[in-house]
Amino acid sequence: MISRSLVLKLLSAVLVFGAWEIAGRVPVSYAFPTFLESMTALVAMTLDGTLFAAYAETLQPLVIGVLISAFLGIGIGVWIGLSTKFEWLFSPIFIVMQAAPLAALIPLLVMAYGIGLTSKVFVVCIMAMPVIVLNTAGAVRNTPASIKEMARSFLAKDSDVILKIIIPAASPVIFSGLRLGVSAGFIGAILSELKITPTGVGDIITYSRSIADYPSMYAAIFSIILLAVLFLNVLEKLEHIFFGGNHRGYVSD
Amino acid sequence: MAMSQTNLASVQSAPSVAAAEPDVAVSARQISKTYGEVEALRSLSLEFPRGQLTSLLGPSGCGKTTLLKIVAGLLEPDSGEILVNGKAVTGPGPDRAFVFQDFALLPWASVIRNVAFGLELRGVAKSEREDVARKYIGNVGLAGFENAYPHELSGGMRQRVGLARALSVDADVLLMDEPFSAVDEQTRRKFQEDLLSLVQNENKTFIFVTHSIEEAVYVSDQIAILLPRPSRVLEVIRPSGFRDSGAVNIRRDPEYLDIVDKIWASLRSYVE
Ligand SMILES: Nc1ncnc2c1ncn2[C@@H]1O[C@H](COP(=O)(O)OP(=O)(O)OP(=O)(O)O)[C@@H](O)[C@H]1O
Ligand SMILES: [Mg+2]
Repeated sequence: MISRSLVLKLLSAVLVFGAWEIAGRVPVSYAFPTFLESMTALVAMTLDGTLFAAYAETLQPLVIGVLISAFLGIGIGVWIGLSTKFEWLFSPIFIVMQAAPLAALIPLLVMAYGIGLTSKVFVVCIMAMPVIVLNTAGAVRNTPASIKEMARSFLAKDSDVILKIIIPAASPVIFSGLRLGVSAGFIGAILSELKITPTGVGDIITYSRSIADYPSMYAAIFSIILLAVLFLNVLEKLEHIFFGGNHRGYVSD
Repeated sequence: MAMSQTNLASVQSAPSVAAAEPDVAVSARQISKTYGEVEALRSLSLEFPRGQLTSLLGPSGCGKTTLLKIVAGLLEPDSGEILVNGKAVTGPGPDRAFVFQDFALLPWASVIRNVAFGLELRGVAKSEREDVARKYIGNVGLAGFENAYPHELSGGMRQRVGLARALSVDADVLLMDEPFSAVDEQTRRKFQEDLLSLVQNENKTFIFVTHSIEEAVYVSDQIAILLPRPSRVLEVIRPSGFRDSGAVNIRRDPEYLDIVDKIWASLRSYVE
């Protein structure tokens, strides 16, 4: 089974990269390099260390922002999900945050917090947090009433109901919120580097575009996508380790 | 009170122990419950003798589950009170255990963890509670499935997990909400026989909800017939003559057949 899904993954990668290579050769646009050119640029940037230096910069707001969003987001989400009062109070904030055009907010953030790390962390949080909060709150609210009732009938305290019923029952949806939030956080990190100050990977993208070094630009974009995919896989593994059984089909009847 | 006691037990066959006042484990007094527009229970009163099995028999939607949950302390009645061992119920307690109509198993937990869950919530150490759980898993015929997950079990097996979970907390009163609804007829008969010996061997009070007249008459010491909404007790029947004729012979006993007919006669007018 595992090897089969691996084969499928490889196959889809080959298809996508093949299409990229062909599109680059046609070429679709003079600014669109082929897959092989981009990979060559990627290897070059890795070997001369620019990529590592860039990620040392980019990962700071990303990691801080994602961690804040995850812990705060799950906490607030559980809280909102448990209490109708807080749902009424807070959920509009996150719905607006999710819908807000981020590009329009960035100048405000820069005015308030300058062009440093703080603003970038904010951008990552604005991108990542709403989906984590809303997913968590929804999952908590949708915990099957019958198993909560069962726990109460067997003398569960409120903390037992939260820790032994609600969190495990909500964990698949919480994790899917985390995955969406983390991908949005990656977008936020790059966006902040393009819109606030060009540093890290955002700098490579901006700079190589300005000197028409398109293979390097695409290599940088490719690397961030690769990193996001790897990160999401790690997250999936973590979920499996902590809540392995929770995906076993829900028993309804 | 809109409650008439019909005692079918013929005087000569009444068990000698049930002399003057039967010991009451649970009593429901003037319970009313309304859900928004729906009046589920109206001033319902009923007593449940200790060590015996009382069935609640009535049409679907008449409020059997509601009454059971009020006894369990999961729902508050609008008026009236429940006494368990003479004390008023204010919430769930260690003296009562519930077998849910929809099983209410934790889908992410193995059979053994599900069965031990009541003990886990009471803070019993893991090895100790798993020993108890293993014993009851065996008793309900699920030995070998300790590490299976609920979705790997059939409906009847899931129901037995719910039963084992309720048994393992060793409560005085077992509240069983249609515990045999998800099993085939053969298994159902087997379970009914098992239930009879459970009532005999464990000194527990059983409150048993069912739709089936035959099942109620077969397993019960006392049958409360509930009217459709708003629910009250139409009649309480205490079959006792055929109790000693052995599990196999009950269904052939004339009194058994009489009571089944009589209950059908009094319910049929409400079905139309
Ligand atoms: N949470 C609820 N909110 C509103 N109405 C409810 C609720 N629970 C039950 N009811 C109503 O109360 C009535 C009694 O319900 P209950 O579940 O007690 O019936 P029941 O006798 O157990 O039925 P069944 O035999 O089908 O299980 C039903 O008509 C139902 O519509
Ligand atoms: Mg019911």
